[in-house]
Parts: sequence; structure tokens; C-alpha cells
Amino acid sequence: MNIRTLLILICSVLFLSSCGYNSIQKNEEAVFSAWGDIEATYQRRADLIPNLVSTVKGYAAHEKETLTEVVNARAKVGQTNISADKLGDPAAMQQFQQAQGALSGALSRLLVVVERYPDLKANQNFLDLQHQLEGTENRINVARQRYNATVKTFNTSIRTFPNNLTNNFLLNLERKEAFKADAGAATAPKVTF
Amino acid sequence: MRALLLSILFLLLVCSSVVALNIPQPTGYVNDTAGVISQTVKLKLEQFLRDFEKSDSTQITILTIPTLDGEVLEDYSLKVFDSWKIGQKDKDNGALLLIAKAEKKIRIEVGYGLEGRLTDLLSGRIIDNEISPKFKQGDFDGGIVAGIAGIAEAVRGEYTGTGKTNSRKKKSSPFGLIFLFFFLGPLLSRLTGRRSSRSRRSGIFYGGPFMGGGGGFGGGGGFSGGGGGGGGGGASGGW
Repeated sequence: MNIRTLLILICSVLFLSSCGYNSIQKNEEAVFSAWGDIEATYQRRADLIPNLVSTVKGYAAHEKETLTEVVNARAKVGQTNISADKLGDPAAMQQFQQAQGALSGALSRLLVVVERYPDLKANQNFLDLQHQLEGTENRINVARQRYNATVKTFNTSIRTFPNNLTNNFLLNLERKEAFKADAGAATAPKVTF
Repeated sequence: MRALLLSILFLLLVCSSVVALNIPQPTGYVNDTAGVISQTVKLKLEQFLRDFEKSDSTQITILTIPTLDGEVLEDYSLKVFDSWKIGQKDKDNGALLLIAKAEKKIRIEVGYGLEGRLTDLLSGRIIDNEISPKFKQGDFDGGIVAGIAGIAEAVRGEYTGTGKTNSRKKKSSPFGLIFLFFFLGPLLSRLTGRRSSRSRRSGIFYGGPFMGGGGGFGGGGGFSGGGGGGGGGGASGGW
């Protein structure tokens, strides 16, 4: 009797692992950890902004409009966070992307404005901040690409046979949303002199 | 029909090989495919970087390429980093100095494990203050040596960068010393090392801060990646 239940147990374990039960979970965890990296890199950018704003203010105080735009965008970014279990929600994702995109736009406008202030551009503090900002943008890029790759793996893994059966009957995990190209990315920012 | 299929296949192959700028296999720590580093400096750098890995386990590599061929500097540099797997596994303590000659671009790519010390800020300063000015004068050897020295110091927490505006120009004092360590260090230790081991231990004039292992010339294998990874840390610049 006992042996039979044991056998059934072993069989079901084998059956489940061959149906992707484990690999689906693994892939979902990969998505979560990639998402964690994304949040960390965006946070890193948000943390740089107060310092950047105060440095620019010292040299270009009358660029108030651009500066407040950055500050507001940053405040908004702070309010739109997605918890890991909402990664399958397209609306939440879009909102998140919109907020971050607005901050990217405001920042790039600020950096264009800065071109008019040679003193500021020569300031060591500003140069350092610029390097940090560039580095962070690059990290964001990398994190997004990697996140999208994990999402693709995960989405494929829950849709292909026989994993789709496992997911439908046992796990019920939903598709995750990938990052789309920013709406403004297709149009280059205008530079006017 | 078959010929058509074959030709399509061929076309696909050709296309895919054209699209991506190929990533060279590392032949050592110093990979000078653009041919901007002189032979003696290259050997010195190779030895220095090998010793540096021996003593600190940190892998620092150099790649110069003639052109980026339209590829984005940051993307390419991360691809090279990932394919070479610079840095030790689990430590991710690798760094890559990439130079694209035609585009006049410089990038320092930093592994996860070194991000705390070789920060974006310091990488940027190293490019701006050490490498770029020398490159502008056409001194590739000097720029690369100064850059590698800066990276090596930063990784050990010793480099802070000379602020351009907040201090008088004291360019020569720290870097004269570095050059001394760099070029005289191994030479002296090679000359005197065999005779008296005591003087080698007393260190500082013989490149103590840099030459962990000391050792002879020409021996040891080339570079092989340790399995490290990075996430886009570092800085870019140009000259």
C-alpha cells in the first residue's frame, strides 16, 4: 500500500516537472528579479534629481519652467509604482512607463537648456552628475532589455504545450507585460537656438 | 527550387553577419585591433594586468576597435563584456576599457561587483581627466596607461580624480609617480629581485601598490574570462 502511494507520488512529481510546472515558476521568478533591477535603476535616477536640480539652479535660476517640470515629473514617478503581482496589468504598466517617460523628457529638455550656460557645463559637480545620469540612463536601458527578455521567456513558457495545460489547470499565472518603446522615442527632441 | 532555397539561406546568412559588428575573441588583456598601442606599452600593460588579476582577482581588459560601424557604443561594449565574461564568477569584478578610433569614443564598462568603487562618476572622471586630454594630443599610449592606472586605483579605492575646477592643476605629481611605478617598478624588481628578496619586500619603490605578484616576464597564460557580468555601469566619453 505504502509503496504504491509512494510510486504515485514519484510519478506525479516526474509528471509535473515534465509539464513545466517548475520551469514556469522559475521563469516567473526571473521576471520578478528583472523587475527589481528596473525599479532599482529608476530609483537611482530619481535619487540623482534633487542634486541635479539644485546644481543647475545655482547657475540657471531663471530656467524655472524647465526645472519645475523636472521636479513635478519626479514627484509623479514617486507615486507610480507597480508591485510585482501587477506586472501582467497593461494599464498599470502603461501608467508606469508614461510617468518615467515624462521624467526622461523633462530631463532631456533640461540638458538642452543647460547648453546655454558654459559656466555650469564647466562645473565639476555638474560634470559628475551628468556622468551619473548618463550611466543611470544606460543602466535603465540594459535593465529594460533584460526584463523584456525574461518576460518573453516567461510568456512563451506558459503558452507552449504542454506547459499551457499546467498553467491553465494548476498555476493560473497571467502573461506579463513587456516594455514598449517610448511614445516620444520615435521623434527626436527639437533643439532650437 | 532547391537553388532558390539555398540562395535564400545564403542571403540570410550574409545579412545576419552584416548586421552585427562582430565581437573579437580576446587574445589577452590588451586587444588592440585598431593598432594604436605601441608594442612595448602593450607588453607592459599585459603584464601589469595579469599581475593585477593575480593579486586582486580583478580583471581589467582593454579593447580598441577601428570603428563601431554604426553600432551604439554602450550596446557594443556590454556585448563584449558579456561575451568575454570579464571578472570572476560570483564576484563580477571586471572592467573593460573600450576605444573606438574612428568615432573618437571611449567607454569604461564596469561589472556589477566593481560598481561600488569604480562608480560612473569616477569612470567619467578617468575618461575626462586622464584619457581624453592625452588622446587629444595624439598620445594613445599615455592615455591608455593613465586610464588603466586610474581604473586600477579606483578599484582599490585610491583614485578620487582631480577636480578640474576646485583645485589647482597638479597633474604631474600623482601621475609622474604612477608612471614610475608602472614602468620602473617591474624593471627594478626584475633587476634586483633575484639578488635580494628583502628589498623587494620593502616594496614601495618597486611598485608596491601595483605589482602584487611581481614575477618574471613572458610567462603565464593569456586572459580568460572568469564568468563575471555587468549591467551597464560605467561611463562614456570622447576626445
